[in-house]
Amino acid sequence: MAFLTDRKRATGWGAAKSGTEHFWAMKKSSVALLVLIPFFVFTFGGILGSSFEEVQAYYARPFPAIIAALTLIVGFKHFNDGFQVLIEDYVHGIWEKILILGMTCISYGAAAVGVFAIAKMAL
Amino acid sequence: MVQLTLPKNSTIRTGKTWPKPEGATNVRKFSIYRWNPDDGKNPQVDTYFVDMDKCGPMVLDALIKIKNEIDPTLTFRRSCREGICGSCAMNIDGINTLACIYGLDEVTGDVKIYPLPHMPVVKDLIPDLTHFYAQHASIMPWLETKTNRPAKEWKQSIEDRKKLDGLYECVMCASCSTACPSYWWNGDRYLGPAALLHAYRWIIDSRDEATGERLDDLEDPFKLYRCHTIMNCAKTCPKGLNPAKAIAEIKKMMVERHV
Repeated sequence: MAFLTDRKRATGWGAAKSGTEHFWAMKKSSVALLVLIPFFVFTFGGILGSSFEEVQAYYARPFPAIIAALTLIVGFKHFNDGFQVLIEDYVHGIWEKILILGMTCISYGAAAVGVFAIAKMAL
Repeated sequence: MVQLTLPKNSTIRTGKTWPKPEGATNVRKFSIYRWNPDDGKNPQVDTYFVDMDKCGPMVLDALIKIKNEIDPTLTFRRSCREGICGSCAMNIDGINTLACIYGLDEVTGDVKIYPLPHMPVVKDLIPDLTHFYAQHASIMPWLETKTNRPAKEWKQSIEDRKKLDGLYECVMCASCSTACPSYWWNGDRYLGPAALLHAYRWIIDSRDEATGERLDDLEDPFKLYRCHTIMNCAKTCPKGLNPAKAIAEIKKMMVERHV
């Protein structure tokens, strides 16, 4: 119980003066994925089921390797930003911070592993 | 934290079934949420039967008839009876709307009436809108100017005045905000569609000189960016307004300031 006025409750700590960068970043990654995903499906789908040597030779070419790397980087950035919104929506308090930290580690970790694997095949 | 189940003292039970009107041939069944803060009991749904041959065409007509002729303890807000005051907003047949302009012919089967969702209930169909009104006040719903007051009026072109159409008509009934899941989960911080629609109404008012400050006050992950454009607000608005579009316009202006 706290004797706060209704207006004080509504105003809270005021505006954080942030959120637009996050919103704009998600819009940018959405548009980027709209372009990248068809290319990724086209390149990745084309080589699916081939032998290890064929795949290695295919991803040694710049176009499929760059498309795959960009899709992973932008995809996991978008996933991370989107999941942060999801957590902010449904979880509050200390668990909100812990989950956002965890999700950031998983997202960038997974993107790094994927890019490393592509680099290893490509180089 | 999001709460998906009702607390034990809020689970709804079957309530009293009132007798059917004698001699009536055209009877309709009404299931209405009841909760009295004074009796310590859980909420319940009471059943009423109304003679439709002696009842007006709107849901509010039936509610007034029930209160006048069957159960005077039934509690609800109403005033203008023509969709202007916004008092009689409630959840009718699963839709947040104004009882006074929602026709009984729009409801198929039994008429189920509940208070606006996810708000504290004062009694029966009356939600506590204190926080909702305070949020509206927090967006400064008035003309803010810095220039010395003109001798006559603040002038506005016909084109600029037209930009306020579809915004000024809002009657603050809270149907939209209480239909928004983001407002359900984060209503303490998220301003909700109604307050944001009003915020936009003043942001785009050509006479207002606090546009920057207004945008500053909204730039927040919770106050504004909890809107994920699911459009429940536009779907439910009894006045046919589109708060989701107003919010999208605010977001566009925020991006314009950055990029």
